[in-house]
Amino acid sequence: MNDVITNILICGIGGQGVMTAAEILAQAAMAQGFDCKKSEIAGMAQRGGVVTSHVRFGRKVWSPVITPGTADLLVAFEVAEGSRWADHLRPGGTAMVNTIRLAPPIVSSGLYKYPADPVAQMRAAGVPVIEVDAGTIARELGNLRLVNTIMLGAIADHLPFPATELEEQIVGRFRERKPAMVEVNQRAFEAGRQASQRGNADVSARAVNS
Amino acid sequence: MSAAVQAQPHARLLLSGNDAIARGVWEAGARIASAYPGTPSTEILESLALYPDLYAEWSVNEKVALEVAIGGSMSGARSFCAMKHVGLNVASDALMTITVAGVVGGLVIAVADDVGMSSSQNEQDSRYWGRFAHLPILEPADSQEAYEMVKYAFELSEACNTPVLLRLTTRVCHVKAVVEVGERVVHDITGFASDPRRWVMTPANAKGQIPAQIARETKLLALAESSPLNRMEDGKDRRIGFVTSGPAYMHVRECFPDSPVLKLGFTYPVPVGLVEKMASRVAHLVVVEETEPLMENELKAAGLSRIHGKDLLPRLGELTPNVLIPAIHGLVGEPLPKGSVYPKIDPFPRPPTMCPACPHMGVYYSLSRLRKQVQISGDIGCYTLGAGHPWNALDTTISMGASMGIALGMDKARSAETKDKSVVAVIGDSTFLHMGMQGLLDIVYNRGNVTAIILDNRTTGMTGGQNHPGTGKSLTGDEAPRIDFAKLVEALGVAPERIRTVDPYLLPVVYKTIKEEIAVPAPSVIITTRPCVLSEFFDRQPPLKVIDESCTGCGNCIKVGCPAITVKRTETRTRADGSTHDLKFTTIDTAMCTGCRMCVESCGPKAIVPAQPTAVAQQ
Repeated sequence: MNDVITNILICGIGGQGVMTAAEILAQAAMAQGFDCKKSEIAGMAQRGGVVTSHVRFGRKVWSPVITPGTADLLVAFEVAEGSRWADHLRPGGTAMVNTIRLAPPIVSSGLYKYPADPVAQMRAAGVPVIEVDAGTIARELGNLRLVNTIMLGAIADHLPFPATELEEQIVGRFRERKPAMVEVNQRAFEAGRQASQRGNADVSARAVNS
Repeated sequence: MSAAVQAQPHARLLLSGNDAIARGVWEAGARIASAYPGTPSTEILESLALYPDLYAEWSVNEKVALEVAIGGSMSGARSFCAMKHVGLNVASDALMTITVAGVVGGLVIAVADDVGMSSSQNEQDSRYWGRFAHLPILEPADSQEAYEMVKYAFELSEACNTPVLLRLTTRVCHVKAVVEVGERVVHDITGFASDPRRWVMTPANAKGQIPAQIARETKLLALAESSPLNRMEDGKDRRIGFVTSGPAYMHVRECFPDSPVLKLGFTYPVPVGLVEKMASRVAHLVVVEETEPLMENELKAAGLSRIHGKDLLPRLGELTPNVLIPAIHGLVGEPLPKGSVYPKIDPFPRPPTMCPACPHMGVYYSLSRLRKQVQISGDIGCYTLGAGHPWNALDTTISMGASMGIALGMDKARSAETKDKSVVAVIGDSTFLHMGMQGLLDIVYNRGNVTAIILDNRTTGMTGGQNHPGTGKSLTGDEAPRIDFAKLVEALGVAPERIRTVDPYLLPVVYKTIKEEIAVPAPSVIITTRPCVLSEFFDRQPPLKVIDESCTGCGNCIKVGCPAITVKRTETRTRADGSTHDLKFTTIDTAMCTGCRMCVESCGPKAIVPAQPTAVAQQ
């Protein structure tokens, strides 16, 4: 094992399952023999506020927080939150973004405007973005709670360990508690993987065309 | 959480600092554990409640929690209590005297500082209690250290006849890291032995023990100088050396991997000798401590005048790599490493909000209608959010239970301009039982003209839904006597006809009740009756929708503050006199809506109806 540290920043809104996704990712890294730290400031965030979770793993991890400009991967559960945290990526890092738009009350009541196209904003800033419409995929699979598994599936091919390790961490949890949910989570994971591969192809095409 | 409870010795687990501390407390053979919930310390007791052979309780406040632990220690049981930083302010009266009397069973107090203030009203450095109360301070940097240090703390407590403070921060409590656990050691309870000269702290008895307390500090200093918790880590780049403790150590190692570091875990009394050794090895010595310059000042007082610390580093917030690097690089004149390459995008703020169907919204909606007539003193909990948009219906938040006394002070300090304003105090159920009762008693006793609203949502909401004497359940989930708030406030002297109970979902009733009670020049109490939507007592109803054709765009439902209601279209209308006003046509997110019907109560044209026709509607 070399000294490289993998930094993954997961962001979203209180109640979306950001912390659970980070926990699963951290458990998968630990099962692969990495030292691992997972950090967040929860506090009042469970009341619909901004949530971020930092997952760092490697041979030896010191600080539990990701320094801005060093994240390898940004996993955004909501598109405007993706734009908020995009400056934490290292040059060449990837933003995996769920394209769902969730407006807080101060936006929906007209005090602030929701940006027209946060993905376009990120791309204009030079950030490599892969879009995943996790909400639509979850609806097609019949359960909105699958967004979490879909987003983990989307990053599965961007990790320094096999996708099967991450999948097993998710499925293993359901096998114990809700065996009926195993199969649909497997499908959600695979759908997330495929969606991100399609999104990745889009990014490559854009690079060629530009 | 359960993984740590069931883990066999030598198992390696990914544990939060809080779960790791719980495991350490249990392994140390503790028999008594107590706390009042407070971010970031809450999960320690929630976790401890799952272990066998140990009594664990939610106490009504931190002072009582510490007293329970003191009683346990006096009886020869290893005892533990946990609290957040401001909780130790509450408990400090008991602390300042037990520190003179000492312990029988080891007594460890975990105090969690909210460095960075994610969920607190101030930022405090609890390490100062070490100097103030003559106590040793231990500071873990991560979960593994938290687990190990809490066990060491029990040994130290018994060896030196002193309570021990384990100082945590949010980055220890809530960070998950790899921990290797061990085995439980059994410590039998020896039982209480009467010894009035030791435990009855009359002046004569206390005077007799203070010399021992002072002598203890000399012994503790010698231990700090030789403790394995304080270690020298050498490095080849000797331009800068660091003295650091807590999570700041991790950040220092991350940023300056080749620099020598004196890593302190036993930080009070400050081991000056170790620091002197370090200072002699390096060109510059920097003390990196969150938040106050406590070690720095002690070291300067001891004659180490050329050290750096808060001349370079901020006193507020965490000392994370993005803070440390720019603050320290200038010492050796190196160019600043490149930061982020991508520009900052700031879409819009996303402050925390109340949940759909939160019963607090009904009260704040009504108070916002009465805003010009009332001064509103608030308290600590989810309902502090009433200060925000769209209610703007809170004037003060200071400390647990303070809404009561502050309201009375406001009532007694009226100017010509405010003499006709009514004073309202708003407090949650758990906060009222924690420290609000005495304030209400004071209002009654001193004939205050205050309307107190007890927002009884049957849980401790902001910390994640913990039990208290008003929920009918204990920490372990067992049935417990449930306090009757109406009877309680009557016993405190509020006239029975001035005690009103309302359903906060019935907006016109809430409004009318508040209006009636503020009109009466006597202490009155309004108690709300709906549970927290995140509690087991909440009864979810079918969702609602807005009938497009019926919506007049008045925007009243927006003022309820429910996050499930959004504006889908605005229109500017011109009145006959030429002035303009905006109409806001709304929609309800049926996936979020839980059918509380508060918005229905606010809707003049009756445009809000069940999203799916119900059996009743079809008849």
